[in-house]
Amino acid sequence: MPDAAVSVQGVSKIFVSADGVQTKALESIHLDILPGEFVSLIGPSGCGKSTLLRLIGDLTLPSTGDITINGKPARQARLDRDYGIVFQAPVLFDWRTVHANVALPLEVKGMARSDRNERVPAMLDLVELRDFAGHYPYQLSGGMQQRVAIARALALEPSILLMDEPFGALDEMTRERMNSEVQRIWERTGTTVIFVTHSIPEAVFLSTRVAVMSARPGKIARVIDIDLPRPRTDDTRESERYFALITEVRETLRGRIGGDGAAGRVASVDRTIAEGAVG
Amino acid sequence: MAPSSPIARLQTIRGVARGGLVTLIFLIGMLVLWEGAKLLGGDPWRFHDAAGNETVYYPPFAWPIASDLSLPHIWKIVDALAAPVQRQQEQTLGAYLFGAALYTGREAVLGFLAGAVLGLALAAVFVHSKLAERAFMPYVVASQTIPILALAPLIAFAFGNGVLGIVMVATYLTFFPVTVAQLRGLTSPDPRALELMQSCAASRWTIFWKLRLPASLPYLFSALKIAATASIVGAIVGEGNPGGSQFGLGRSILNFNEQYASGPEKLWAAILASALLGLVFFLAVRIAELVALRGRPDSTAG
Repeated sequence: MPDAAVSVQGVSKIFVSADGVQTKALESIHLDILPGEFVSLIGPSGCGKSTLLRLIGDLTLPSTGDITINGKPARQARLDRDYGIVFQAPVLFDWRTVHANVALPLEVKGMARSDRNERVPAMLDLVELRDFAGHYPYQLSGGMQQRVAIARALALEPSILLMDEPFGALDEMTRERMNSEVQRIWERTGTTVIFVTHSIPEAVFLSTRVAVMSARPGKIARVIDIDLPRPRTDDTRESERYFALITEVRETLRGRIGGDGAAGRVASVDRTIAEGAVG
Repeated sequence: MAPSSPIARLQTIRGVARGGLVTLIFLIGMLVLWEGAKLLGGDPWRFHDAAGNETVYYPPFAWPIASDLSLPHIWKIVDALAAPVQRQQEQTLGAYLFGAALYTGREAVLGFLAGAVLGLALAAVFVHSKLAERAFMPYVVASQTIPILALAPLIAFAFGNGVLGIVMVATYLTFFPVTVAQLRGLTSPDPRALELMQSCAASRWTIFWKLRLPASLPYLFSALKIAATASIVGAIVGEGNPGGSQFGLGRSILNFNEQYASGPEKLWAAILASALLGLVFFLAVRIAELVALRGRPDSTAG
């Protein structure tokens, strides 16, 4: 697909351990993402969803296959600073204030201080943390720290935002609030988002499409269109269509993994997902 | 909340005040212990009143360690500081030791700086080249297993009997802790922080400057505090080398060592001066640390 923002073609990834044992993390992945889409990757632990995210971000190289970003190789896209990235932990630099943390990618790019001082407050406005510009990370709550990380990831106005379980460490209430906030930011910026998560409700609430993955080796089992109307609100979370889609994603997860009829395995995988174990 | 708020500042002041009080109480405790030992097992205490009458107190025990030769009275040391350093000289021992401490301190600072720069440079090379680390680290470690007493004459021979040779000994003792701690500090960042830098196409130099180096500072300052005191030991040992120096605390310690039987308080005064110099140097690094690490969550920890 030439006009895709992200195009993953026949990608596999094999890890070789120190003693020579090969592990197939991903096998023949095909995924095209259009500009401005919000695609979630969901699946059990070890299905390679974080690996896929890191491959797209050129933080690790595929064993086979091609990844193109805006028509360029992933490496070129990284050097062109097309990516913003948010991890499960905020990974803020504790010697920098909130302002200086958000300014970091701008400094790396070589942006002049006067331009930085215009851009950073705008980014902090976006995550509603303008009053905290002079604070240090340890003075903020976990949710606020993660919002700083999002502002930092968006500072260079990247065309692709990679989010690796960004709210996995937050409590359920904070997570729902953050989901609404991410939706608002995504609608305002028009950035293409790839979002790795363990949470089915989160994936359904946010995404235009959900890619359901299965493990050993990691594959995309099915891509489900999420046709919920926008803007999605707290009412969306109580709508029938929402529950139907959650059930569809869950059934897909079960169907693939429980395909051999082993009920015990289904239960254990379900628990893994429910607990939000690290993938 | 913010570290510069009045409440936080007040807490800092109270913390410093409390620290100072504890130090003072501990110092008084040490002095009480010192004179207490002499009170129980020292030589007879002799006092003279204005008319020249002598009062003598005889301690109940006789411990060699508490004798006037091993452990002179504190006031004897204080008296000696105010007395001429040698007969027929005007300069007091206190003034002489102050000058000696400045002299030694200057060598130690030079050695400290050279050692810190060398340690920083080695760590910066090692963090970027596993090959260099594997090739050179064994020698860095091996260098520290050679006793400095064996090496000091060699260094003095190679670099002459001047200040340079003494500074080299101080450098030799300081670069090692800096290298080891700084290498650990430079490799301390979260792997995801490195990925974050890569994702915005940061060069190696930018990653070093904006991530590795700031992240290493707490490690660096721990090492610099060790290096500060080690550099003074190095300078003193270097001065004490045969023909090492005519001045400085190292020379004073050797001289007063020879005169110990006739005036033990002079050696004690020189030891005291060395300890104070080390303390001043340590505190200077500590203040630099507080300034450099301000704003960080654990920057007030010792």
